[in-house]
Amino acid sequence: MALTIQVNGKSHEVQADAETPLLYALRNDLGLIGTRYGCGIGQCGTCTVIIDGKPVQSCDVPVSAVVGKQITTVEALGSDAAMHPLQQAFIAEQAAQCGYCSSGILMAAKALLDVNKDPSDADIRKALEGNLCRCGTHSRILRAIKRAAKEIRGA
Amino acid sequence: MAQANSPAPAPARKLPGSLDTNRRLDRWLNINADGTVTLYTGKVEIGQGILTAVMQMTAEELDINVSRLRLKAASTAFSPDEGITSGSRSIQESGLALRHVAAETRDLLLTRAAQKLGVTLESLTVADGVVSARGGGSVTYWELATPDLLAREATFDVTAKLPQEHVVVGTSLERVDIPNKVTGKPSFVQDMQPPGLLHGRICRPSGPKATLKSIDFKEVEQMPGVVAVVRDGSFLGVVAEREEQAIRAERRLARIAQWNNGPDLPANDPRHLLTLQAQAESEVINTKGDPATAGAKQFSAEYTKPYLAHASLAPSCALAHWGEGKDSGKVWIWTHSQGIYPLRGDMAQVLGLPEHDIIITHAEGAGCYGHNAADDVTLDAVLLARAVPGRPVRVQWMREDEFAWEPFSSPMVVKLNAALDDQGNIVNWSHELWSHAHSTRPGGKGGVNLLAAWHLEKPLPAAKPGNPPLPGGGSHRNAVPLYDFPNQKITNHLIRQSPLRTSALRALGGHANAYAIECFIDELAEAAGADPVEFRLRHLKDARAKAVIEKVAKMANWKPNEKGDGERGRGIAFARYKNLAAYIAVIAEVHIAEEVRVIKLWGAVDVGQAINPDGVINQIEGGMIQSASWTLKERVDFDKVGVTTRNWLDYPILSFVEVPEIEVALINRPDAPPVGAGEGTQGPVSGAIGNAIYNAIGARLRDMPFTRDRIVAALSA
Ligand code: FES
Ligand code: FES
Repeated sequence: MALTIQVNGKSHEVQADAETPLLYALRNDLGLIGTRYGCGIGQCGTCTVIIDGKPVQSCDVPVSAVVGKQITTVEALGSDAAMHPLQQAFIAEQAAQCGYCSSGILMAAKALLDVNKDPSDADIRKALEGNLCRCGTHSRILRAIKRAAKEIRGA
Repeated sequence: MAQANSPAPAPARKLPGSLDTNRRLDRWLNINADGTVTLYTGKVEIGQGILTAVMQMTAEELDINVSRLRLKAASTAFSPDEGITSGSRSIQESGLALRHVAAETRDLLLTRAAQKLGVTLESLTVADGVVSARGGGSVTYWELATPDLLAREATFDVTAKLPQEHVVVGTSLERVDIPNKVTGKPSFVQDMQPPGLLHGRICRPSGPKATLKSIDFKEVEQMPGVVAVVRDGSFLGVVAEREEQAIRAERRLARIAQWNNGPDLPANDPRHLLTLQAQAESEVINTKGDPATAGAKQFSAEYTKPYLAHASLAPSCALAHWGEGKDSGKVWIWTHSQGIYPLRGDMAQVLGLPEHDIIITHAEGAGCYGHNAADDVTLDAVLLARAVPGRPVRVQWMREDEFAWEPFSSPMVVKLNAALDDQGNIVNWSHELWSHAHSTRPGGKGGVNLLAAWHLEKPLPAAKPGNPPLPGGGSHRNAVPLYDFPNQKITNHLIRQSPLRTSALRALGGHANAYAIECFIDELAEAAGADPVEFRLRHLKDARAKAVIEKVAKMANWKPNEKGDGERGRGIAFARYKNLAAYIAVIAEVHIAEEVRVIKLWGAVDVGQAINPDGVINQIEGGMIQSASWTLKERVDFDKVGVTTRNWLDYPILSFVEVPEIEVALINRPDAPPVGAGEGTQGPVSGAIGNAIYNAIGARLRDMPFTRDRIVAALSA
């Protein structure tokens, strides 16, 4: 069936079954491969996108459930020319090893910083509880998010 | 050449790293007219940032900016054969090869420049590829290079720069791949979407010994989007137009397939190894002095670790395109395998194709930390692609496939015995270990190491499970202590066949061996009434080993004989990886309430010359966190039929809420050869945590993982 979804500020028509996970519609129909598969059952966070301001694991939501909602993926976080402070901070802190977890963590962090401009270490850790990183890049990621928060606050 | 009459060749000299077996310069580098330099390496990026370090080494010798380098993904179509990217050897093998190639290329270019400018070599200087003569006149590499320039073998006539001349090497250059990864650009094999792409999924047997009894998959063929169902013996897979259609079809296959489970698996206990002594290849790998020496006091202890999973964040994935028409009988493959050439060899045996018709190109996957299912999924993709020639098929293992079917790290048992003299010095030491094999990668002898090959109607046997030899070692890696004991005996009991397939995971047997040694050293220090730091130093002669221990003690402000308070405690551990690579000392601070929390880890590290210091620290931090996770939480579970660990709830790893604070210091030694950093932390971190727990609560845990149940049991014992 044809479903219309709002992704990164644009309308897209997707030809798929209603129960198709949003993850596959984003990746395979819209070519937005920055949102990644890790478990398919909401346990790892690699597929995190922002829906109406909240971080959501896109593997766990059927595409029919997001019609009429605003979806933001990592591709719209910033552009190459004007990266989001989070992206800049991840580069500055070299906060990746394999980088497979990066998109999901960036989106979870964005959702946090949008509502909490000055998160504590515990706030950030809590916000990332649903995101796994197997390479053990956690301490750099935490540093990068603090750095971005500071940058955004203009501090 | 009159070869028959030529004198016997002088003993062959060896060129650096993998250059020795791939001597043509143009196999490694090409100087392009557009001002770029193409670099070919047979090593692959597995999330360790190694390629950035290799690029730094190349740019350094060529005297060009790193930004001019264009790295080609490794491919059997053109890359040097560098075997497998593993064992933290990429810098030693690829890096040192390219360092030599770049130095030689620079020499060749300068010789041409001198001719062209009519000046002597000595009057030339190079800045970013522009060669200038002291008396005026200049010419660029891009003008000088012609296709024949590097069409020759490497010689022994060049010397690389001295460490004090380095300007690029030794700096923390930013990783080249990170910008794409934080902006959501295609970076992984999972992201490849060639036109006409189909999606494949595999329906695996009920367990490792199971076979497919029967299946009638007509109803699956009728499902929406299904293009093909492939059955070959017990190998069962499906190809569909859309990814979710492939997943749904695979689920239906799983519901209707009937399996014979085969013989029962044993109970999940590392000590099962001890019951297999009759099958063991037992070898005394090291003795010193008189191992029969008796001391005043005897001690013994037994340590274990369970099956562990690599548990890459991305389940394995590969893409294959079987040719049709004029390309029929050829297959193009994209894979995150760590060894494209060995994989091609195994693949040729399964497919009955000549190797040159199998073109394998590396594409990144998530961090793998050893031999995961990367190779297995590649054969899966090829077997499905063969059923739909002309269209590319991407097979993505599901999370449950990866947990159930990846090769695991072997369980191990380590029994240690020692004697102390009256002064509290160790006078005798014995280390016995039991383990399954640690290497069943493709490229083994006498068989094929690819999962699907064993399930085919005409199965190919697995190669004999391997165990890398000393000095690096496999199960016996780091079994010989670096400590200087007067008498010792080290015995390796290798039981190659295991209930669940085992292969290489970060540090191989070095993890359990170093962990056991370091816990036992603390047990002996306590018996001797000695401080753990002082006790280690007194038994070590190696100055670099002492330096990292002293450094970490200073960083953590270690107090001699410090005692925990019933909840908090700290412990130290040390190892030199493989006894020939990185020196690493770690202090862990733990807090124990209901379960063990690691609060902080300090690490002091000596990897010789640090090519990219921040890159080294990044890998060290990652290794420390992963090892803390293994130590506290991880164990693969199975029942009589098969693996029951299927998802992240079954196999929890350290989360953002739980990860410790980390502080790492490098002791940079620009004059010592560079060695890898990816694996050396594993044993020391486990050891330091075990020692910290004892320091905190006075209970010695010897069986990993140190779960809540085990803490409770130890406290009530
Ligand atoms: S893929 Fe969605 S949470 Fe893991
Ligand atoms: S960087 Fe590899 S999983 Fe996080």
